[in-house]
Amino acid sequence: MRQVENSALDDALVVIDNLHFAHSFGAHQVYRNLSMRVPRGKITAVMGPSGIGKTTLLRLIGAQLYPQQGSIEFAGHNVHQLNRRDLYELRKRMSMLFQSGALFTDMTVYDNIAFPLREHSQLPEEIIDTIVKMKLEAVGLRGARDLMPAELSGGMARRAALARAIALDPELILYDEPFAGQDPISMGVIVKLIKELNASLGLTSIVVTHDIAEVMTIADYVYILADKQVVGHGTPAQLKQSDDPLIHQFLHGEADGPVPFHYAAASLEDDLLGSDHA
Amino acid sequence: MLNRVAALGKVTLDAIAGAGAALFMLMRALFGKPQLRKSWPLLMQQMYSVGVLSLLIIVVSGLFIGMVLGLQGYTILVDFGAEQSLGPMVALSLLRELGPVVTALLFAGRAGSALTAEIGLMKATEQLSSLEMMGVDPLRRVISPRFWAGFYSMPILALVFSAVGIYGGYLVGVRWLGVDDGAFWSVMQSNVEWGQDILNGVIKSLVFAFVVTWIALHKGYQCTPTSVGISRATTSTVVTASLAVLGLDFVLTALMFG
Ligand SMILES: Nc1ncnc2c1ncn2[C@@H]1O[C@H](COP(=O)(O)OP(=O)(O)OP(=O)(O)O)[C@@H](O)[C@H]1O
Ligand SMILES: [Mg+2]
Repeated sequence: MRQVENSALDDALVVIDNLHFAHSFGAHQVYRNLSMRVPRGKITAVMGPSGIGKTTLLRLIGAQLYPQQGSIEFAGHNVHQLNRRDLYELRKRMSMLFQSGALFTDMTVYDNIAFPLREHSQLPEEIIDTIVKMKLEAVGLRGARDLMPAELSGGMARRAALARAIALDPELILYDEPFAGQDPISMGVIVKLIKELNASLGLTSIVVTHDIAEVMTIADYVYILADKQVVGHGTPAQLKQSDDPLIHQFLHGEADGPVPFHYAAASLEDDLLGSDHA
Repeated sequence: MLNRVAALGKVTLDAIAGAGAALFMLMRALFGKPQLRKSWPLLMQQMYSVGVLSLLIIVVSGLFIGMVLGLQGYTILVDFGAEQSLGPMVALSLLRELGPVVTALLFAGRAGSALTAEIGLMKATEQLSSLEMMGVDPLRRVISPRFWAGFYSMPILALVFSAVGIYGGYLVGVRWLGVDDGAFWSVMQSNVEWGQDILNGVIKSLVFAFVVTWIALHKGYQCTPTSVGISRATTSTVVTASLAVLGLDFVLTALMFG
């Protein structure tokens, strides 16, 4: 693995150390010896081919999944060794934008966004109301506040979910594909929003995405995952100048190169001509 | 042969693991610091969707079953000249057996399946995961109010069922077939005991409520989060809960009246 020196990594909010993970015993190994540091107060982008395990990584950080080996520390706590109560306490300090949005289908958009505030803050309802409206305004959905999630388009639902994820201004926000399904305008708005949250409140963000061009403009640090590991990392400027063929392939979206585009499988010829399914 | 033994072993282990997981889920959902301010509205909301919305099917079934009891009871009793005993016969059958059992079976089909499907879908759409990630325990937030709602509403539904059923028996026996009105009620009153009949019926339905709601919630919570997984879990709720109710009914009846 290429080692790119960067002093920003000294103050890390999330430290991942030698992580090994498979979804179940004997299943396809997702990570082998993964190590990463997520700098505090910065935007860290995580990129990698589809199915490589980016969503899995976010779930590991939130301790919804447990690794077979290795550790993940968030603000100095090993998230996988906390008891339930401490883990739930710690999770109040982070939030996650799910790839599917995961809005509560039995509540309006407004109540979805008010939900974490009502659960975890002692704020009076008037202040919650102001915060919810501001967050909705930030994602351009103030007019949609009385709709039910089922009445939103896919892109709108993700923006509503984004508003919910940032409602409490947590220390760490995990964004799983925040740009997917957005038109160029809302994409620009979301990019700006992530940047602003980071600049004005000093939040730490981890952005998982395929939209290389967008994320390279806001990320302070980038990790590229492939082959169960980090295959390249550095600031966007460092990566753009990199002559590593892997990084080059990924940044320029070439199908042929060291990063396999296909999920591990037998050769196509064998599969088409062979008879292991017949 | 060895394979069969191994498979049997695996099924047994899975069953034990499943029961353990179900117990664990229930413990975590029910024991913990209650937060009245937040749980009360959640409980009321669930009492409505689990209890109140089951009322119609309970009332209609209760009425029909009571009417059938009146009719069948009359034709049997009249041969012995004992049609005066129609009142207690209808009331005892309902309070001791049919009220709790049929209510539980209807409840499993109406509310249990709905609970399983709802929770399974919440799982499939990652709503449960997102609660977890927000630091809100889904067991406390989602499972617990539904459990209590089922537990409290089923005995009430069973009593409603019995009451409506007795009225159905009265309609057929007294109004239609001409059993003496006063005798119907007074013989019933002197033969139905508060503790032995009514209380035992309520205890039965509390046990059924516990088991049916628990099964429904557990099946939803543990289901494979896909459309097939949810539909299997829903079917499994109805089948498992119904069998459990019938089996437990025998045990309880043996203990109470045996
Ligand atoms: N619940 C699960 N059980 C078993 N394997 C799983 C499960 N969820 C994901 N996987 C496997 O783990 C790997 C990583 O999945 P993950 O969802 O993390 O990918 P991803 O990088 O987020 O992909 P995408 O960019 O398409 O969202 C995949 O190979 C997938 O097959
Ligand atoms: Mg993903």
